[in-house]
Amino acid sequence: MKTDFDVIIIGGGVVGSAVARELSRYKLGIAVLEKELDVVNGTSGHNTGLLHSGALYEKNSLKMICSMEGNADFDRVAEELDVPFKRCGKLVVGFGDEERERLEKLYQKGLDNGVPGLRMIDHAELKSIEPSADGDFALVVPTAGILCPFTYTIALAENAAMNGAKYFFDHAATGIDRTGDHYTVHTAKGDFTGRWVINCAGLFAYQVSKWLGFGAYEPARVKGEYIILDKRVGKHLIRPVYPTPNIYGDFDVHVTPTIDGNVLVGPTIENIGDKIDYSATQDMIDVLARDGLKMFDYVKREHYIRNYAGVFPTVKNEKGEVEPDFCIQTREDIPNAVNLVGINSPGLTSSLPIARRVVEKIKAQEKLIPNESFDPVRRGIERFAEKSKAEQAELIASDADYGEIFCRCECVTKAEIKKAAHNILGVSTVTGIKYRTRATMGRCQGGYCQTRIAALLQQELGQKKNEIRLKTTGGYMFTGDVK
Amino acid sequence: MRTHDAVIIGGGPAGLAAAVQLKKNGIDDILIIEREKHLGGILRQCIHDGFGLTRFGVTLSGPEYSQRFIDMANELGVSTVTNATVIDLNGDRVITAATQQGLLQVQGKAVILTMGCRERTRGALAIPGTRPAGVFNAGVTQSYVNLYNTMVGKEVLIMGSGDIGLIMARRLTLEGAKVKGVFEIMPYPSGLPRNIEQCLNDYDIPLYLSHSVVEIKGQERIEGVRVVQVDESFRPIEGTEKYFSCDTLVLSVGLIPENELSLAAGVELDWRTNGAVVDEFYQSNVPGIFAAGNVLHVHDLVDFVSKEAEAMAEGVAEYLKNGALPECGLEIKAGNDIGHLIPQRVSGKRDFKLSLRVRKPWGKCCLEVRQGETVLKSLKLAKAIPAEMIELVIPAEKMNSVEDLEVRVYEI
Repeated sequence: MKTDFDVIIIGGGVVGSAVARELSRYKLGIAVLEKELDVVNGTSGHNTGLLHSGALYEKNSLKMICSMEGNADFDRVAEELDVPFKRCGKLVVGFGDEERERLEKLYQKGLDNGVPGLRMIDHAELKSIEPSADGDFALVVPTAGILCPFTYTIALAENAAMNGAKYFFDHAATGIDRTGDHYTVHTAKGDFTGRWVINCAGLFAYQVSKWLGFGAYEPARVKGEYIILDKRVGKHLIRPVYPTPNIYGDFDVHVTPTIDGNVLVGPTIENIGDKIDYSATQDMIDVLARDGLKMFDYVKREHYIRNYAGVFPTVKNEKGEVEPDFCIQTREDIPNAVNLVGINSPGLTSSLPIARRVVEKIKAQEKLIPNESFDPVRRGIERFAEKSKAEQAELIASDADYGEIFCRCECVTKAEIKKAAHNILGVSTVTGIKYRTRATMGRCQGGYCQTRIAALLQQELGQKKNEIRLKTTGGYMFTGDVK
Repeated sequence: MRTHDAVIIGGGPAGLAAAVQLKKNGIDDILIIEREKHLGGILRQCIHDGFGLTRFGVTLSGPEYSQRFIDMANELGVSTVTNATVIDLNGDRVITAATQQGLLQVQGKAVILTMGCRERTRGALAIPGTRPAGVFNAGVTQSYVNLYNTMVGKEVLIMGSGDIGLIMARRLTLEGAKVKGVFEIMPYPSGLPRNIEQCLNDYDIPLYLSHSVVEIKGQERIEGVRVVQVDESFRPIEGTEKYFSCDTLVLSVGLIPENELSLAAGVELDWRTNGAVVDEFYQSNVPGIFAAGNVLHVHDLVDFVSKEAEAMAEGVAEYLKNGALPECGLEIKAGNDIGHLIPQRVSGKRDFKLSLRVRKPWGKCCLEVRQGETVLKSLKLAKAIPAEMIELVIPAEKMNSVEDLEVRVYEI
């Protein structure tokens, strides 16, 4: 039967979009079904934005292999996709003999994994390279880096879309049937038929896994809360600073500079089972304030600009154990399906390596014909705030809207907001504009620019007031006109 | 590069009053840089009345009040550039502004900071809960309703009893919304008594003092909030928790002077005001950079903003005529019960105006300004509340130019 698409990807987050992008190198009809109104509304948009080194993971696990591959590759990827990235390294600090012993273990594990450049330093060197950090000693992880999880995920999705992949937002899969040689994926907005199904459903991957007939995983989700600090204090943190892993091997609250100059405090770690809960709680805010201050002197209320929570799609396998590694599965009795489960940290770092492995699984079954018009290069929106004065003058000369500041805190211009409103994916929420431009991400949190963005969405996209959405289908911003 | 005697950043009430007063003092070469299409600043969205009682002796709406200054500025020939957002200011008083025509670079012999303030946000307070649509700051709500003809919701709760929140309680009620209550964590309102009377009591909107919003609920659009009563130390009192449903939460939880440009220029800020540390001439630590209005400290009445800017303009005019101002080496120290004060430094040689707020409400009390053993000024008050700024003139006659000054308040 002729199907609607060759490949249906369920879930358009960083992994689904990386898969779509890597598959768009071939002549394939690709559909990405995303239940949200944007590609970064789930786990992909709620994390620390760290490019992991691979030091933490079991030797030769997929987590180790994929994160090291993703790490080594990222300079090129960032260049290709025009996304910001800084290989700033990372520090793990410790005090006393007990922590030294645990940190030495991590150091050895990293060496054993082949992570380049690892070294232990003493207090004096720590102070000289990261004055705001404290510790008797520290492990330097020079290959770690920071990236923007929003623009990276969006860039992958945009590059996939440029190369022919079709995104369907507000399309939650509700079930899958296999008939003859194809799959039918049901959504509330109609059925999609395809020869292949790729499960990239993140927090809901366990469900899609069941529909496809793969292992019966159950969610064992992990929630982490964060506080974001003002850019005013960002200059005091050069690289992420982590405490020595605790006795369970987890990192307690750490501080990470963002690629845009803020500081993230967190995450906390909380097992929430089968819940999806993005709420911030007073208890965890207090933990972040208390423990964050041990890592960074500026974790103080007057520097808070926002807080948020992320949820990791950790699962338990059929034995009831937490699945420790990424699962990239195919089965002979379930033809033409690739099942990705347990893609939690370091999923952001590993997204393209995971996607390449998905492509290999498909290639093992059928010959893929290269898409000759595939272009790996995607250009982002030029950011006025990041330019020199001479470049800013040129931008304004080329487009007068670059001379109109919409967001004063992040210095985002009307030209950037307009471009974001006309993004290739067709995302049209206020939060979508935020993730693409940083407007409303500053210290006034949209106090100045949100009204302008709402007006622009009406002018540029013809949205009515009661059609403007903050982030989700039910998240209406306004009831309409004043009577 | 273009230069002017005085460049004013921000064409709101402070900037306009400064411009008019400079002109009256014979300073002709001035430029106002305004980011909006029109002058007037935040007053453009303040369509309620009550402005001008002190300054003009009549009650005006915000736009009417600002129009008086705009008309005066126009009559005096004040140069203005609108649709221009200042993106940089340096210690040499060079200003860069983005405009649709290109980058505008100008240097002022004096630069006047009148950028106003921004609102404290949900994120700054780290209010627990989800992050649904329908949570707005009061000033943003005012802008949507009054400037963009946009209605934000139907069933409204208000967190914080700041003046803009009170004004919006009334405004949203008049537009058909049900405003179910105002929650204030302090045991007293933070807005002016007249606004409690005219915006809440007249519309039967309950004010819950010593109540804190402890959680925002709702996945997509806000559905309600958990509220709890707090004791004197702001700790939740067990058994007092209530749930209020709503589709909109309006936050009126304070204003913060907007001083990113000031910091870029090396201006020292006061942690109490979040504005510049200034002397009696409203000059900051950076010579030639002055500040007045809400960028300096948050005012409750625009009339005082205008008057402060006019007083600053006198100092700027003197600076421009003489090339410098007398040294202000004396510090004014705020006692524990003083919230903040302006100026923080004085010369000790001239009369000056002191503006301050008390930290908590007082009944009969006395404000006292001392220099060592000498009482320079004492002012008896029937009451003093944090919502109302207090101004007093300190005469030079008993002052020396050696000792620091101290301000305190005590019960009588």
